[in-house]
Amino acid sequence: MSKLRIMAAGTALALLASGTTAQAGATLDSVKQKGHVQCGVSTGIPGFSSADDKGNWTGIDVDVCRAVAAAVLGDANAVKYTPLTAKERLTALQSGEIDMLSRNTTWTATRDSSLGINFTGVNYYDGQGFLVTKNLGVKSALELNGASVCIQSGTTTELNLSDYFRAKKMEFQPVVFDTSDQTIKGFEAGRCDVLTSDQSQLYALRIKLADPNSAMVLPEVISKEPLGPVVRQGDDQWFNVVKWTLFAMVNAEELGITSANVDGMKTGTDPNVKRLLGTEGDIGVGMGLGNDWAYNIVKQVGNYGEMFERNVGKGSPLGIERGLNALWTNGGLQYAPPIR
Amino acid sequence: MAADPREDDLPSKPPVWNDPRVRALVFQIVIVVAVSAFGYYLFDNTLTNLEKRGITTGFGFLDSQASFGIIQTLVEYSETSTYGRTFIVGLLNTLLVSGLGIVLATLLGFIIGIARLSSNWLIAKLAAAYVEIFRNIPLLLQIFFWYFAVLRALPSPRQSHDLGGAVFLNLRGLYLPRPLFEPGFGFVFAALIAAIAGSIFIARWARRRQEATGQQFHTIYTSIGLILGLPLLTFLALGAPLAWELPELRGFNFQGGIPVIPELSALLVALSIYTAAFIAEIVRAGILAVSHGQTEAAHALGLRPGLTLRLVIIPQAMRVIIPPLTSQYLNLTKNSSLATAIGYPDLVSVFAGTTLNQTGQAVEVIAMTMGVYLTISLVISLLMNWYNKRKTLVER
Repeated sequence: MSKLRIMAAGTALALLASGTTAQAGATLDSVKQKGHVQCGVSTGIPGFSSADDKGNWTGIDVDVCRAVAAAVLGDANAVKYTPLTAKERLTALQSGEIDMLSRNTTWTATRDSSLGINFTGVNYYDGQGFLVTKNLGVKSALELNGASVCIQSGTTTELNLSDYFRAKKMEFQPVVFDTSDQTIKGFEAGRCDVLTSDQSQLYALRIKLADPNSAMVLPEVISKEPLGPVVRQGDDQWFNVVKWTLFAMVNAEELGITSANVDGMKTGTDPNVKRLLGTEGDIGVGMGLGNDWAYNIVKQVGNYGEMFERNVGKGSPLGIERGLNALWTNGGLQYAPPIR
Repeated sequence: MAADPREDDLPSKPPVWNDPRVRALVFQIVIVVAVSAFGYYLFDNTLTNLEKRGITTGFGFLDSQASFGIIQTLVEYSETSTYGRTFIVGLLNTLLVSGLGIVLATLLGFIIGIARLSSNWLIAKLAAAYVEIFRNIPLLLQIFFWYFAVLRALPSPRQSHDLGGAVFLNLRGLYLPRPLFEPGFGFVFAALIAAIAGSIFIARWARRRQEATGQQFHTIYTSIGLILGLPLLTFLALGAPLAWELPELRGFNFQGGIPVIPELSALLVALSIYTAAFIAEIVRAGILAVSHGQTEAAHALGLRPGLTLRLVIIPQAMRVIIPPLTSQYLNLTKNSSLATAIGYPDLVSVFAGTTLNQTGQAVEVIAMTMGVYLTISLVISLLMNWYNKRKTLVER
């Protein structure tokens, strides 16, 4: 009799398991039901996504997630963060563990096509560079033949490094670590001569050194690294929400709307402003959100320029210039389609 | 006439559904079918979901170009090699560190285990302290300790420690001179093999002679002399056909020679010391399991303590030691996957780390990695079980 019971329990379990095949395509509904956005971020890169000692997350990638939460749920703080290393980030997104990945991930053809994920836009145009100690006496990346290089595992950095050194007919010894923290520790301990990563990360990691002035970033930028938020394939509605959240922030900066003056602008007469802030038209409803989606974003998180300056620009320890990330009207690459 | 009593007492054959043997068979068939159906269902579900999300499946990625570098490769490897090659490189690195780790851990473990049973109070207490300390600290912390402690102590390449201009020790690794074999060296290898075969033959002959006549023969000295002497003589006779490639400092690091990266040394040291603490306890248990009467009898026959241990106690203790020792070997092999924490390019770091991330095919890559560890563990178990069977007591 007990054998029968065991068998019955086994088949019941099997049937239970079969009922939980995950459904792709209902992320917006599930986020609204949960009441928060599950956001994949890094394990701690200053300026992009890092937590302070009280557990509050800040950074330009964190702000994108907060903007999405503000657009969907009306509350920028309705976000839960999942810290991920470079190796786990794409698998976490593919498996459904997070709703969106905002973790300075480079947009490449392979990732876009064969991994079942979609990039929604670029929130930071970057390039790969090299960090060396000043007393190495090296002024350019072309003098690095035979150097040992600290890299983070599972990034486009590894591939670009190989390509660059092969093209310049130079050799190198790769020292591969799991997290960016370990790479900077290895660099500091002297295990490698050079640390390579996206230039923005180099500036951020240099702050973590015991003596930030002992290291310098070489002038060469050896690759294009457009960094942006990522979502799963097969859910076009969620894809649109995240995509247009970023575009709303860029458009807001273009129209001169800031978190300080957004209330005043709401009552103005400019039809572009009225359409963006939702006092005219039904653009928000068409995306499955409320009409005040962009108003909430700008009020609670700010426009693109504010987000940039606060996290990586003049208002932050990194002090990075707008450069390629300026608006198209100022010679940069940030250009958003019109909201109409 | 009375009815035949045997006929009345025969029980009638039970109906099919009450027959215990038939029931057992039916249950077994049903369970096998249920388990295989479940397995097939899982497999099918995974493939369907992967396809629905647009994630590529299949093992075609093993033929695409890898485009990343690996710091230590025991075979030919460059950035234009395939992902399949990175699998081989990672696998060989894992086997290297596991093999060396098993040898070192066994040696150290036996020494510590026997030391703990020593009658010298200080040695016994030191061995006990060693076991307690290294058994109880998590392995990952020990690996980090050895890696960063070792790194901190070493100088940069431009100020390397220098041993006779041939061996260099610095932050980037231990650089040994690489032997370059010239044409005549094959004979030296042949002489070495002949010497080893000769030693085995002499050992067997000496044992038979001792069993027949009781005369001892010190095989150990003869063997050492043969194994060292014969190849050396051949080497000198052929005019020393061996050149050395010395490592030299060019630019940032040393080029040439055989580099032993600090990651390998740190991992090896940490794994060996950690596993040796466990093996020491297993050895001690095995020795204590042999009845004390054996020791007393051996002493009564006039055997010194050292000889008693080697000839009487250890061979009997091996029966108790081998099964848990197998588990420790398997643990060591699996623990070597912690190499990713310090950047040693083993299978998990290179294949289940970088390759998985670049191709995005998590299911295939992890399945292959699990398959490899399973195979290695099964092979180790098989070998140990075969050895164990040879050592079992044969009852008369």
